[in-house]
Amino acid sequence: MKDTTASPARAATRWLGILFFVTCTVLATLWFLGGAGWQPTEASSPAESKPANAEQVARGSYLARVGNCAHCHTASGGAAYAGGRAIDTPFGQIVSTNITPDRMAGIGGWNAQDFWLAMHHGMAKDGRALYPAFPYTSFTRISRADSDALFAYLQSVPASTTLRQPHDLRWPYSTQLALRVWRALYFKPAPAIATAPESEEEKGAYLVQGLGHCMECHSARNALGALSSSGKGGYVLPGSQWFAPSLGDRSQGSVADWSLPETVAFLQTGTNGKALASGPMAEVVLHGTQYLSDSDARAMAQYLKALPLQTPATVAGSSTPVTPVTPDATSNAKGATLYADHCASCHGDHGEGQAGAYPALAGNRAVTLANSNNLVLTVLGGGFAPATHGNPRPFGMPPFMLKLSDADIAAVLSYIRSAWGNAAAPVSEFDVNTPRRAQAR
Amino acid sequence: MNSVIRFALSLWFFWGLHSLALAAPKFEDTMAQRTLACTACHGEQGKAGPDGYYPRLAGKPAGYLHHQLQNFREGRRHYPLMQGLIDTLDDAYLQAIATHFSSLSVPYPAPKPSTASAALLEQGRLLATQGRAESGIPACTQCHGKELMGVNPDTPGLLGLPADYLNAQLGGWRTGQRHAVSPDCMAKIAKLLGESDVNAVAQWLSSQAVPANAHPADKKPAATSATIEMQCGSAP
Repeated sequence: MKDTTASPARAATRWLGILFFVTCTVLATLWFLGGAGWQPTEASSPAESKPANAEQVARGSYLARVGNCAHCHTASGGAAYAGGRAIDTPFGQIVSTNITPDRMAGIGGWNAQDFWLAMHHGMAKDGRALYPAFPYTSFTRISRADSDALFAYLQSVPASTTLRQPHDLRWPYSTQLALRVWRALYFKPAPAIATAPESEEEKGAYLVQGLGHCMECHSARNALGALSSSGKGGYVLPGSQWFAPSLGDRSQGSVADWSLPETVAFLQTGTNGKALASGPMAEVVLHGTQYLSDSDARAMAQYLKALPLQTPATVAGSSTPVTPVTPDATSNAKGATLYADHCASCHGDHGEGQAGAYPALAGNRAVTLANSNNLVLTVLGGGFAPATHGNPRPFGMPPFMLKLSDADIAAVLSYIRSAWGNAAAPVSEFDVNTPRRAQAR
Repeated sequence: MNSVIRFALSLWFFWGLHSLALAAPKFEDTMAQRTLACTACHGEQGKAGPDGYYPRLAGKPAGYLHHQLQNFREGRRHYPLMQGLIDTLDDAYLQAIATHFSSLSVPYPAPKPSTASAALLEQGRLLATQGRAESGIPACTQCHGKELMGVNPDTPGLLGLPADYLNAQLGGWRTGQRHAVSPDCMAKIAKLLGESDVNAVAQWLSSQAVPANAHPADKKPAATSATIEMQCGSAP
């Protein structure tokens, strides 16, 4: 006979207790798994801290430049590598840390092994799991020798006493537990390698997937911010709203149809006659890829050209074959007038551009990209291609933020996207307003 | 006679056609073409925009312009549109842009007659030309040149600017909105000024006509017994 004295309330309490126990066990397991990999064997092996030699520091300096460490780890106008730059994520802002050799504020108290644990495993010296805004999800592929070289270089830069600023993350993302769970679900350290590969093919993959951390922007992410396992699809950057196109999609950012020299030129100079680096990519070129050695740039370009192509239908939010949309006649006439008044003097009456100065708009992939954010942000803020050794004095585009309304920008962009053989969907006022608000922040 | 008139008319007609063709914007591989992004807002002589005044760039000392470009890029001056515009440029190109604008010479418009009282203008004149020793405020002329047209390469001229713009800059220094490379002498001076001083000096400066053929001076006026020692990171 069953115990009929048990009230429903007591049964509920018991179930809650079991649920609580199970939850705790799962979380404890995830905590362990999320931090796994950073303590065993490697940590116990003494850091063979041979004194850094000049060659190592030089290699580290090159790697730090190409990997663009300084860009995130330097506040606007602040000391190099002293941190303090806020990075927008869907979960709040992460503030970059001081990686200068100051013992208190920076990583002066670290050794090469501690640094390797951060790069390869995403764990700080004090046992904290690091936020993947520091892209150890990519850096885990960096070889031990290159990690040591980077460390040797960072220990040689001027020390700064700038203290770490707190992150501004929403609960529960602000907790170490959430981070451990995330790591258990989405992060697995890459197989450790001693030195960087030498064959061109492997070197290209090594630089793009590791130090270059290209996929951190050029890949879709899931709701918890993890890179999509296929590495496919583009990504709208939180905060700035710039769209990083997929590198595996011909209608977005694939370089399969560029020649090798064109691809190398884009990385080393920010321009190649077919495309101009703009927005965050301009910063990547300015501070990072323009310093690539010819052989590294070639290797990266070869690898990027050979990336498998997605079929448009499988790409979420991408430009599935566009059925040419005819904008309504009134709006099109308004767009044409605005174009003649504000754009044609540089970009030409027929969107033909001016070689070496102003990009053509006819047949330009950046114009017809399904996601119109980059186009809108360019019109709003204007700007220059990055000033590089190959393009030291770029031509500028004025900002139109204060001259044109959302409706005007929508009309002129819709016109440009459907004129001279272009066949992309119109841009709505709403499409203009979201990036405008992001830019006004 | 008739044929002469006809010839003159057709000459005039073709000359007209020729200048029409010239009027159409034509691409030229020049710094002026490269910096259309700047002149779109600043104009040739400075102009008012929907959100404030865009000061003239032409004829200002190159070092001063270069410093301002760096200040915007590195967040010591705050105007997001300006910062976003030049974010992707390196020091060498910013210097080239500064040199380009500094080499231009355009006429200054006649100053707008000031609506300020004679007493306020006199207060401004005294501050600008003599300073106020008991408060430790140097005269503007001590650093910005006797003619107040600036000193090469780093100190800007103060004439030919509207009162609103001057007011906003001094106010920005007082509140910490505008900075220069440390030691920031203008921040120090602006904080020593009283509320009415800012307006007084802005009103007086903006009501002064710019001397014909005005250019930045080549060196600072010689120190006198009235000189108040100032450390300026942006104009060492």
